[in-house]
Amino acid sequence: MKRITGIGQYVPADSPVHRLDAAAKIGVVAAFTVSLFMLDGSQLSGFVGLALLAAAVVTATAISRVPVRAVVRGLKAVAVIMALTIVANALRWQPADALARLGPLAVDGAGLRTGVFFAMRIMLLVTGTSLLTLTTSPVQLAGGIERVLAPLKLVRVPVGDLAMTLTIALRFIPTTAEEAERIMTAQQARGASFDAGGPIARARAYAPVLVPLFFQLFRRADALATAMEARCYRGSEGRTRLVDSRMRPVDWVTMLVASTLLIATGWLL
Amino acid sequence: MISFESVSFRYRGDAPLALEGVSLTLRQGELVAVVGANGSGKSTLARLCDGLLVPTDGRVVVDGLDTADPASLWDVRSTVGMVFQDPDDQIVGTVVEEDCAFGPENLGLPGAEIRQRVDQALGAVGLDGLQRREPHLLSEGQKQRLAVAGALAMRPRYLVFDEPTAMLDPAGRRSVLEITERLAHAEGHGVLVVSHDTAGVSRADRVVGIVAGRIVFDGPPEGLLGDPALLARVGLSLPPAARLAAALRDRGIDVPVAAADAESVVTALWR
Amino acid sequence: MALTLTQVACEYAAGTSLASVALSDVSLTLEVGQLVVVLGSTGAGKTTLLRAAAGLLALSRGTVDVDGRPASGARARRGAVGLVFQRPEAQFFSLTVEEDCAFGPRNLGRRPADALDDARGALAAVGLDPDVFGPREPWSLSGGEARRAALAGVLAMRPRYLLLDEPTAGLDAAGRDAVCAAVERARADAGVLVVTHDADVFLGGADRVLVLRDGRTAFSGDVPALLDALPALAEAGDVDPPEIPRALMLARRRGFAPGGALTLDVEAAADTLVAARRAAAGGAR
Repeated sequence: MKRITGIGQYVPADSPVHRLDAAAKIGVVAAFTVSLFMLDGSQLSGFVGLALLAAAVVTATAISRVPVRAVVRGLKAVAVIMALTIVANALRWQPADALARLGPLAVDGAGLRTGVFFAMRIMLLVTGTSLLTLTTSPVQLAGGIERVLAPLKLVRVPVGDLAMTLTIALRFIPTTAEEAERIMTAQQARGASFDAGGPIARARAYAPVLVPLFFQLFRRADALATAMEARCYRGSEGRTRLVDSRMRPVDWVTMLVASTLLIATGWLL
Repeated sequence: MISFESVSFRYRGDAPLALEGVSLTLRQGELVAVVGANGSGKSTLARLCDGLLVPTDGRVVVDGLDTADPASLWDVRSTVGMVFQDPDDQIVGTVVEEDCAFGPENLGLPGAEIRQRVDQALGAVGLDGLQRREPHLLSEGQKQRLAVAGALAMRPRYLVFDEPTAMLDPAGRRSVLEITERLAHAEGHGVLVVSHDTAGVSRADRVVGIVAGRIVFDGPPEGLLGDPALLARVGLSLPPAARLAAALRDRGIDVPVAAADAESVVTALWR
Repeated sequence: MALTLTQVACEYAAGTSLASVALSDVSLTLEVGQLVVVLGSTGAGKTTLLRAAAGLLALSRGTVDVDGRPASGARARRGAVGLVFQRPEAQFFSLTVEEDCAFGPRNLGRRPADALDDARGALAAVGLDPDVFGPREPWSLSGGEARRAALAGVLAMRPRYLLLDEPTAGLDAAGRDAVCAAVERARADAGVLVVTHDADVFLGGADRVLVLRDGRTAFSGDVPALLDALPALAEAGDVDPPEIPRALMLARRRGFAPGGALTLDVEAAADTLVAARRAAAGGAR
C-alpha cells in the first residue's frame, strides 16, 4: 500500500513534547502565534523578538526528537510565498532611498527589511504550528480541540458532536484511500486511462472512480450510523470517555510558563 | 428472552412485506441460527431485535420491554448487542481500545469501569495486546472480532450477528463461529446468528429457516439438514461433510444427520 | 496461446525503507480453456499476483508474456487480459447495467453501438437476460446478479485470459452456483485464473493449482498432486483443506484410514472410510 507522508504528519516518539497534553500544546501554539503578530518589523527589537521565537522553535524541535527534515519539509510549500513577500516589499518604483537601481525599479532599504521580516514570520508560523501536528496524534488533537472549544458549548455549539465527526473522519481516511485505489485500479483494468487529453477530458475520466467512491461513502455512512445507534450513541450528551484526558499539573505549568514567556516577548519587543 | 409475536414489517407504506407473521423466541444460553437466501428478510429480522427497526404489525419484546416503546429503547439496545456483516461499517474508533469503549462511553459509565470492560471484552475475543493498534492494520477476521468485543463491552444479555462471516477467510470464519458458540454455551448469552450458509448450522441449538419473509422451519439442525427439499427451498446447499455423512449412511453406517462438518462425521465413525 | 509469468518479482514501495517483497520468483502458465486455481493464506501475495499478471504493477524482476509477446503496462495488454476484483459490484458508475458493461469495450475503441452489443452479449453469457437486466440500475441488483453483471463488464472486452479475485465471496448458494456456471462458460473462450478461499467450489474442475506462501511458490501442480501435498500445506497454514479430504485427514490422524490418496469425491471418500472402519474393527477383534 502506498504511504502518504504529508506536511506536518504525526511522527510518533516518546518525548516531553509528545507527552504534553494536546490542549496545552494548542494553547502554547496560540500564544506563539499572537506573539509573532505583536512584533514590530519597523524596529530592530522586532528582529530580536523573531530571533528569540526562532530559538524557541529550535529548542522545542530538539526536545521533541522530531527529525529536522520533517520540520523543514513544511517550508518547501511556502518558499515561493516567502520569496514573493520579500520581492513585493523590497521593489519600489523610483523610491527616494534606494539600495540598488534597475532602471526605474529599485530595491528599497526599508521595504527590504519589512519583506525579510514578513518572510521570517511566515517561516516561524509554519514551523511552529507544524511542530504541534508533528508531535500530536490526530486522535489526541481532536480531543484537544474538543476541550479547547468546550466553552462554546455554553452558546449551544455541538462541540462534542463536531469532535466525534472529526474522529470518524480520521478513522475512515485510510479505509477510503484503499477503496479509492482499488476502484481506480479496477477501472484501469477495464481500459480506463486517467492521464490522457486536456483538463476536461481528464476530469471526465475520473467519473468512473468518483461515482462508485461516493456511492460507497454514502452507503458506509448509512451503515455506520446504524451501527452507532445499535451501540447506544445518542449524541455527546451524557457520554463519558475511556481515557478522561484532563490537564495534569505539569501540563498547566508548562502551558502557562511557555505562553507567558512568548507573549512577553511579543509585548516587550 | 427476546420474543417476536406475529411480527410483520414493511420498509415503506407501499412496499411488499419484508417479514410476515414471524413468531420466534431467543432465550439466554441458546444459540439460534437464522438461515435464508439473500433478500429473504433475515437481516430485517436481525434489525428488529434491538429496535433499529420496529414492527409494522405485532411486537418484539426483550426481557419484558417492547422495542417500539421509545422510553425503553436504550435499555433494549444495551441489552441486545449487534454485530454486522462488514466490520469496516461498524468500527468507529481510531485505535482498537477506543473503538471497544464506544458503547460503554455512550452508556455514560465511569472511566475505570469502561477500562475494565474493554480489557475483558478484548480478552474474550483474543485481541489482547492490540489495544493501541489502528483498525485498518487489522486483518478482516480481527476487525470482526473487534466488532464482537465492542458489542460485548456493553455487557448485553443477547447478541445478534447479521452475516458475521460473509467477508472473512476460512480462518476468520472459524474463529468468529467458535466465539458465537462459546458466548451462548459457556457464557450464557442468547445468541442469534443470521446467515446464508450452512457453516454455523450444526452448532446451533435451533435453526430457523426463512423464505420470502416467512418462517418455514423452526427446529433442531437435523430437521433441516436431513430434508434436502426443505434445504433447497430455504436456498441452502448441503455442506460437503453432510453429503459425506449421507453417503456413509447409504453404506449402512450410523452417522447422525446433524453431523455437518468433518470433525463430527469422523467422530461418529469411531465412537 | 498462453499467459506466461516467468520468475516474476514485485515489491511495494521499492527503494524506500518501507519496501516489502510482495512476490518473488513466481512462474505460471495459463492456457486458453484452462482453469488455474491460486490458493494461499491472507497476505500470501495472491491479489498481487493477479495485478502483476494484468500488468497493473511494475515488476522488479521477471516477465509477463501474452501469447508469446512480452507485454508491459496495462495498455499493451488491454482487452487480452481481463481482471475482476473482489466485490466488483462496488465499481458500478453508470445508470444502467448495459451502459456500465459497455465501458470496457468503449475504452478499447469500439463504436458505442458495437460496445453496447458486446455488453448485451456478455450479460447473456453470464446468465442475465439483457432485455431484462440491461436497462436496470446496477444498484438494484441482488448480490449474485450484481456480481455476474460486474463479471459481464469484463467479459464484454472479450479477454483471452480472465483473472478473478474471490469471485464467490459473500454470495449465498444460488449466487455462488450462478457465478460458477458463468465462469465455467467463460472458460470455453478464455483461460481462467481464480484466486479463492473457497477451495471446495473451484478445485473440482481445476487443471492446475498454485499455492503461495509469503510471496513465493509453496506448491505448483495438478489436483492429485495437491491432494498429496495437502496435509503438509494445511499444517503450514497455506491451504484450508476442503471438507472431504479434511475428513480423511482427520481419520488418518486418529490412526484409522488405511493410507491411500486423499480425494475430493464424496463417494470415493465414503468407500475409503468404510474400508478403514472395517479394518479397525477387524484389528480390534
